[in-house]
Amino acid sequence: MRALKAELPALLLLGVLAVAPFAGFGEGYVLTLMARAMILAMAAVSLSLLVGGAGLVSMGHAAMMGFGAYAVVILDDARIVEAHVVLPVAILAAAGFALVTGAVAVRTSGVHFIMITLAFGQMAFFTATSLAGYGGDDGYTLYARNTVAGGRLLENKLAFHYVCLGALAAAWLLCRMLLASRFGRVLRAVKGNPMRAQALGFSPYPYRLTAYVIAGAIGGAAGFLFANATEFVAPAYISWQRSGELLFMVILGGVAGLHGALIGALGFVLLEEWLSHQWEHWRILFGVLLILAVLFLPNGLSGIPAQVAKGLRRG
Amino acid sequence: MSTTLLLVQGLNGLQLGILLFLIAAGLTLVFGVMDFINLAHGVQYMVGAYFAAFFAAQTGSFWLALLLALPAALLFGLLLEFLVFRHLYDRDHMAQVLATFGVILVLNQGVKMVFGAAPLQVPLPDALTGGIRVMEGLLYPTYRLAIIAGGLATAGLLWWLVERTKVGMLVRAGATNAPMVAALGVDIRRLFMVVFGFGAMLAGFAGVLAAPILSVEPGMGDNLLILAFVVIVIGGIGSIRGAFLAALLVGLVETLGRSLMPDLMRLFLSPSEARQVGAALSSMLIYIAMAAILAFRPAGLFPVRAS
Repeated sequence: MRALKAELPALLLLGVLAVAPFAGFGEGYVLTLMARAMILAMAAVSLSLLVGGAGLVSMGHAAMMGFGAYAVVILDDARIVEAHVVLPVAILAAAGFALVTGAVAVRTSGVHFIMITLAFGQMAFFTATSLAGYGGDDGYTLYARNTVAGGRLLENKLAFHYVCLGALAAAWLLCRMLLASRFGRVLRAVKGNPMRAQALGFSPYPYRLTAYVIAGAIGGAAGFLFANATEFVAPAYISWQRSGELLFMVILGGVAGLHGALIGALGFVLLEEWLSHQWEHWRILFGVLLILAVLFLPNGLSGIPAQVAKGLRRG
Repeated sequence: MSTTLLLVQGLNGLQLGILLFLIAAGLTLVFGVMDFINLAHGVQYMVGAYFAAFFAAQTGSFWLALLLALPAALLFGLLLEFLVFRHLYDRDHMAQVLATFGVILVLNQGVKMVFGAAPLQVPLPDALTGGIRVMEGLLYPTYRLAIIAGGLATAGLLWWLVERTKVGMLVRAGATNAPMVAALGVDIRRLFMVVFGFGAMLAGFAGVLAAPILSVEPGMGDNLLILAFVVIVIGGIGSIRGAFLAALLVGLVETLGRSLMPDLMRLFLSPSEARQVGAALSSMLIYIAMAAILAFRPAGLFPVRAS
């Protein structure tokens, strides 16, 4: 029963997203916005597995999405558009990149890990800008979305909404199960006290690397969906600023549980959308809110109820 | 590749390295002494350049602009420290990364709001226009040589400050073991503030120097910031000497790589492919170097912190 209670916020959110198209949010524009939010939430959940689960603060997670997105681009250019081919390639590309870079990166920790993931992210960024055959700096516009069993399922906005929702739910469930498993407990033990974990006979390296690769694979799948959602891919998707935004979503929501990443990503996209309609220079407000959130919400949005309760008890 | 071109690229690399050093010096001290990751250090550079553009437009003189921009950059840095950064010293790196990321958003958009999105031009000072004949058939712009000279002089001054003065001693002690310095009765918070303001001023100085030759625009500090992080990681966090050598190294590798790599690649690839692959590889070189150093020598080339 207690376990169920912890999952309630996430299940509630997923439920709201499931009924949203039939509860007055079925317009094309709203569906596009929600799809974007769900895809970013998927990447944020995988990043939360790293940050919250393993204590690995990656500043290069956008590169995982980038590998997935560019897999779509390169196959699109070769006229390979079947999702059952493209998606596995996207996932494998991102996972492969995560394996190669992670093999070096997870040897480090703390600030050094932030810096080294930043470096690998920049390498991916510059690789993308040099792909002149695929638009270079300017990006690449897809001919069309990928097809599912020859059909244009993903072109239908409502269908795409549920594809994104399904992918998000699957990513959340996978990360949730991983964290609850023995694997997840070892990860958290390593995060809490690496030396103690080692003394108990667990070498941190393989556990951290596995988590890094899994997060990368999920990021690649999110990149596949993102490319299909926008039908356009540019190196800007891999910029370190984008990685910073993903990290922001995770922290904004709170790292104590995976639902924090869900709340953070949805909150981020909605806030961005709402503010950008209020004022031309909305990024100023956005930045200020970000600073205030860090200063005053140490446990993120999902930590507010506990914070309020604590304040009331004290008051 | 002729000798002339190589020399020009070498000087360009040196000039980029000097600018990087001015930015990285403050970054490495703030990082080393306070264990504080400041992503917003790059916008201090941008703010310096904007101050220069503003004061140059008001006074019509580059030198007056330089004179006014430096204290303005210092005050601005202290203001940021007071408003945001000092509340983050006790927080984890993740919180610092995010809050300073927020500062970048605010300031990049802020200058866009005040000065517009179009790049601003700052005229070269009259005394430093034209070029100097460095060797037969090579005329190099005087102003760029002045940047190199000014940067080297600043580096010398900084070396003297850090190595030969009492404040410098405290800074070095703080970079090695901050809690011990505090336990010995030094007001570490005030030391932090001094280091922070000084670092902001150095970055602002780099911005002023760069203003006449680069376009002054929102976001101009973002890419240099990442390069500066590469510099301090390669040089060893907290080490001024390391930052200096690594900055020159990164500046030279960046610049020379850009012109040499495509030629090198032409040995294996067709010209158009060589140009693309060469450009990508040269952009990546320094990140590969950084990743290698982090993996095999995490404390950098010149480690300071007591292990």
